[in-house]
Amino acid sequence: MYVAVKGGEKAIDAAHRLLSEGRRGDPSVPEITTEQISEQLALAVDRVMNEGSLYDRGLASLAVKQARGDLTEAIFLVRAARTTLARFGYTEPANTSAMLIRRRVSAAFKDIPGGQILGPTFDYTHRLLDAGFDRTSPSLVPETPSSEIPKVLAMLGQEGLIEQPQASGTAPGDVTQEPASFPMPRDQRLQTLARGDEGFLLSLAYSTQRGFGRTHPFAGEIRLGEVEIEFTPVELGFPVVIGEVTLTECEMINQFIGSADVPPQFTRGYGLGFGHCERKVMSMALVDRSLRADELGEERVAPAQDEEFVISHCDNVQATGFVEHLKLPHYVDFQSELILLRKLRAEANVMQEAAE
Amino acid sequence: MDTVSFNRQSWMRLLALSSWSDLKECAGYLALVTCEIIRPPETGLVMLRGRIGGTGSAFNMGEATVTRCAVRSAKSHEGHAYIMGRNHEHAKIAAICDAVMQDDNCSARIESLVLLPLQKILVERRKVAAQKAAATKVDFFTLVRGEND
Repeated sequence: MYVAVKGGEKAIDAAHRLLSEGRRGDPSVPEITTEQISEQLALAVDRVMNEGSLYDRGLASLAVKQARGDLTEAIFLVRAARTTLARFGYTEPANTSAMLIRRRVSAAFKDIPGGQILGPTFDYTHRLLDAGFDRTSPSLVPETPSSEIPKVLAMLGQEGLIEQPQASGTAPGDVTQEPASFPMPRDQRLQTLARGDEGFLLSLAYSTQRGFGRTHPFAGEIRLGEVEIEFTPVELGFPVVIGEVTLTECEMINQFIGSADVPPQFTRGYGLGFGHCERKVMSMALVDRSLRADELGEERVAPAQDEEFVISHCDNVQATGFVEHLKLPHYVDFQSELILLRKLRAEANVMQEAAE
Repeated sequence: MDTVSFNRQSWMRLLALSSWSDLKECAGYLALVTCEIIRPPETGLVMLRGRIGGTGSAFNMGEATVTRCAVRSAKSHEGHAYIMGRNHEHAKIAAICDAVMQDDNCSARIESLVLLPLQKILVERRKVAAQKAAATKVDFFTLVRGEND
């Protein structure tokens, strides 16, 4: 028997009003603005842009505010907002070699042309809580910038010591337009990782370092800065710059391989993300490399090398949707389980009595 | 007729890279130029691409909001704008500016009143950012260890 259940509208309405009240908090405390979130909680906004897969600081800031700081919820809001907008097309690939550098470090070489530029980093801070952190410190003394800040891995490439990325002319796949199928090409894997959950990718990356699939990594170069984006509108037929975005890029140098035909050379893993997101792009680069196991003839023995496992579970909107739906009414499903269980127990009782 | 140093791609770039407050300051009055609106400002998405390993095959990295607008000036020049973000006014002013820059009788004046000031602001903004970054460059020095001499 199926019993349709209605009701709860009043309760839901009241719950949402209570949510609003909770979101606002103590009315004697000034309300936070989206501009304040964008400027002062910039890295939370960057994370929402990354995993929401939409570069728009204003929308991401609004999402953070509306979600009361629950970033997974904010990411969900951004993904939903995205579906209301028409797609005009695909941009030209961002040229990270031409990035206006704000931070650039290499853990592989001390002396690199252009130098180690630390930029706005938490590295080397003492991690001591200090309520006075925002007191005005003396302003920076500007220095003359280097005229050229070349890619570190290109220097290794000149000697043939590292594999060179090959550019195919074919258009990359788009996981937002086509369903995922395995094995998945590297371009689609990278797209999926770019919008994947930072925590999930961080843990997988960590697992490779602890021995669950070795990648033996060095941070060849991490760079942060602004990149101009070009787009070719159909009506114009030539590329125009439509703005600039802040990107973080990580190029990992990994364990070398060689064969009878190719002398040994380092391999690479790649990470690229919106805003300032070093932890994310480093994790992405490590997981990208470990997912290349088949391509590089490595035995797949660890979770981080299992393409279907990683790709199918790294999206936190999908994950939270499936996990959290369990709290929604399952009254009918559960009733059927209950009836089945009672029936089995009754049958067991009858058998037991018969045996006695 | 004066010649201008900007070509269409370079002025469209500058109009896209300028902040709304700077554009409004330098070019806000262009909103008064009589233009036929071919396509009113419309916000949509573009998919941004990167390259594997920085220089390899392209991949789709995520979308961005972009606003486009198209106008036709009294002299029948078509002005277009594609500007990242959701600012309709920005896209409209940029499209009008694109149209009037194609008019040889206006371009020199627009260049000196709008483009050159915007260019100066952009160059200065980038210079300051680069100089601040350069202030965080590491100066290595080597500690000489005694070798029992």
